[in-house]
Amino acid sequence: MALKYEPNIVLSTKEYDVVGTRPIRHDGTDKVTGAAKYGADFYMSGLLFGKVLRSPHAHARIKSIDTSKAEALEGVRAVVTAEDLPSITAEGSFKAGELTVDLKYLRDGVLASDKVLYRGHPVAGVAAVNVHVAEEALGLIEVDYEVLPSVMTAPEAMKDDAPLIIEDLETEELGEKTGKLSNVADHSQHTLGDVEKGFAEADEIIEREFNTETVHQGYIEPHNFTTNWNKDGRLHVWLSTQGPFDIRNSMAEVLGLGISDVKVTPMEIGGGFGAKFSVFGGPVAALLSKKTGHPVKIVNTRTEEFESATPTSGCYIRVKLGATKEGKVTAAQAYLAYEAGAYPGSPVGAGATCVFAPYDIENQVVDAYDVVVNKPKTGAYRAPGSPNANFAAESVMDEMAERLGIDPLELRLLNASKEGVRRSDGVRHPRIGCIEVLEAMRDHPHYSAPLEGPNTGRGVAIGYWMNGGGESSINITVHPDGRINLIEGSADIGGTRTSIAMMAAEVLGIPAEAVLPAVVDTDSIGYTSGTGGSSVTYKAGVAVSLAAQDVKNKLIERAAMIWGVDISSVEAERGVFQSKEDPELRMTFKELAAQLNDTGGPITGGASLNAAGAAGAFAGAIADVQVDPETGKTTVLRFTLVQDAGKAIHPSYVEGQMQGGVVQGIGWALNEEYFMGTDGKMDNSTFLDYRMPLALDLPMIDTVIVEVPNPAHPFGVRGVGEVCITPPPAAMANAIHGALGVRMRDLPMKPAVVMGALWGKGE
Amino acid sequence: MATVFIPSLMRSMTGGLDTVDVEGSTVREIVNHLDALYPGMKDRLMDKFRIKPSISVAVDGEVTPLGILEKVGEDSEVHFLPAIGGGSVEAG
Repeated sequence: MALKYEPNIVLSTKEYDVVGTRPIRHDGTDKVTGAAKYGADFYMSGLLFGKVLRSPHAHARIKSIDTSKAEALEGVRAVVTAEDLPSITAEGSFKAGELTVDLKYLRDGVLASDKVLYRGHPVAGVAAVNVHVAEEALGLIEVDYEVLPSVMTAPEAMKDDAPLIIEDLETEELGEKTGKLSNVADHSQHTLGDVEKGFAEADEIIEREFNTETVHQGYIEPHNFTTNWNKDGRLHVWLSTQGPFDIRNSMAEVLGLGISDVKVTPMEIGGGFGAKFSVFGGPVAALLSKKTGHPVKIVNTRTEEFESATPTSGCYIRVKLGATKEGKVTAAQAYLAYEAGAYPGSPVGAGATCVFAPYDIENQVVDAYDVVVNKPKTGAYRAPGSPNANFAAESVMDEMAERLGIDPLELRLLNASKEGVRRSDGVRHPRIGCIEVLEAMRDHPHYSAPLEGPNTGRGVAIGYWMNGGGESSINITVHPDGRINLIEGSADIGGTRTSIAMMAAEVLGIPAEAVLPAVVDTDSIGYTSGTGGSSVTYKAGVAVSLAAQDVKNKLIERAAMIWGVDISSVEAERGVFQSKEDPELRMTFKELAAQLNDTGGPITGGASLNAAGAAGAFAGAIADVQVDPETGKTTVLRFTLVQDAGKAIHPSYVEGQMQGGVVQGIGWALNEEYFMGTDGKMDNSTFLDYRMPLALDLPMIDTVIVEVPNPAHPFGVRGVGEVCITPPPAAMANAIHGALGVRMRDLPMKPAVVMGALWGKGE
Repeated sequence: MATVFIPSLMRSMTGGLDTVDVEGSTVREIVNHLDALYPGMKDRLMDKFRIKPSISVAVDGEVTPLGILEKVGEDSEVHFLPAIGGGSVEAG
């Protein structure tokens, strides 16, 4: 069925009164008027300013640190080093949100104790009366280093003669130490069927190697931490974070405090994309606050962000596919080696789960290696691990389509995953929308539109992200004027205040504008897992539906009491409470709310739960490009993203996520990378030189929202924030092939890489 | 009986079997019965009273936050998977 072209299409399968509409966001006024308070805006009486001394070396042993000259500088109030951290009382690891964190690595990441493992590694912190004095004091701290050889990429770090970055690191396999000292922190493997048999059945086999570079999330707002170590022993932290409760837990672990000794207040957040879960300078600011008796604020510079704040992995990937001449993929094999940065924990596991997830392939082997290198510790970045793997797998899939002479979308449809198909890890897909996304791509006018101009090409790709659930808590209070307060613990990085408010409004039958949502501190709401994994509208949606139903039930009871009738005779529909037996007994939500205080007191409702059932999502990209064969410059002519949202609660926000994910994916594809030598120095650590796509670089991104409802959610929601970044790099690579006839194996596909590929082809 | 999928890196413990049918109404019982069939399996999967942090358990396709407390049905599929780190997965 051909779709009629519109810039933004929503293929709805079920309509509601509030859900699926596009109200103005609740925090909109504060955001556009500048009234919203971000971490850097925060100020307290007596505030001191902190700065962090960072390693100039990629790998070195700390022989000594002398802070005496810095401490003597006028205006300096305190200096801290790793020696100020409390001695470790609890060995091992703990859960910080979705991550399992090794305590020693976390503490050494906050302030290096014996070695620095990357350029930018924190070594000491200073608190002073202003930031200029603090910066001057950093220059007076004398650190004696023994510089060690460094290693910057996974393939180099995996060599037997590579310098060991963490000298006692043993490779683990499914939690079991292998006894082998190595920079390979972990090896995991998924197998399905018999891959050798599968390749033997294939008529065509293609195997290719790929490399991707370190890239940064590029959020606008740098990390910031204001801490006040109160005289009563409690620590209060104000910061920009996706996981207030994760920060609370990590701060407590690093500082040797009880969890309830730490209170975290999330400020407004100027972008996160996965990167704002780590404590970084938080404990440094806390130690400085404890030493000085004053609140202390640390705000990173952009260069500090690039050099120390959790970019995502560069990697090496090898993918092999076998298929029959009719187009059935019979076997798939992948080898993924991801850079973890200075400490273990790359997203290679997610890459291994996602790499072949769009396809029903009976025989598979996927090997995944987590490799430490002398770069900043990597962190989550929007579908972490998936774009890298997808770039490799979807490039080979496209080449297979070309070799078999089958339309690239038809080949994907021939092999598409559906409910019951096993992923590489053996887990069966629940109800998913992979086929529906591919069909919408095929039916979109973009796919059949003629390409115009020389050296133009069109590429497609489809990507997967598993999405997440987790803990969520919601409290609702009914006001006498018919509005409600909605208290939540999920930091709002993508409009979730409004999406959660809309679901509450739908259940209660009131307008979205009648809901007043508020994100509160960790003392004021039950534990809520972080805003990541595209989880919030899913998990908070389940919680808010239950909380709103709780309120609705109590309102029905109250109406029955007021009318003196049996509860079972009262029903509520679209915000109107009425007797099933007497049409005269009828009240609106607002009328009933006005009577609450005089008829038994206020009504509140709530729900706290751990939501499972977040089904995975697929997104498909169609990209048109034009490439200048003399310079290698690629221009994006047209881009359409099709994505299964399950149910788009607020379609504008879903479209915004899709467009933002595509823009970041195009950045991965064409421009973004850390320029680093073996000394670990990043040569492009400003936004001037780290080239993210600008509005002038891009066409408007067209979107198609497919809605294949997730049966585990009351409104059918699937997470939408991440999968959208997954297919753009591969679609761009396939489009460049269409334009020039060369296959791209390395990201970013900057002009030099494109020209290299062209010259390799003999042109 | 539930069907337990043995991770490829642990199949040396099951003589190469990739699936094993095991009695049990919770993950805890599944692990205990698995250990009775293949001694050492419990130590490989658990730290005292919990699944090791480096391992996730999925029951019927869903990674469960309840770990050994998760209920298992008569026809359930149980997978022991590498816990996914380094990213915002399966939760936040």
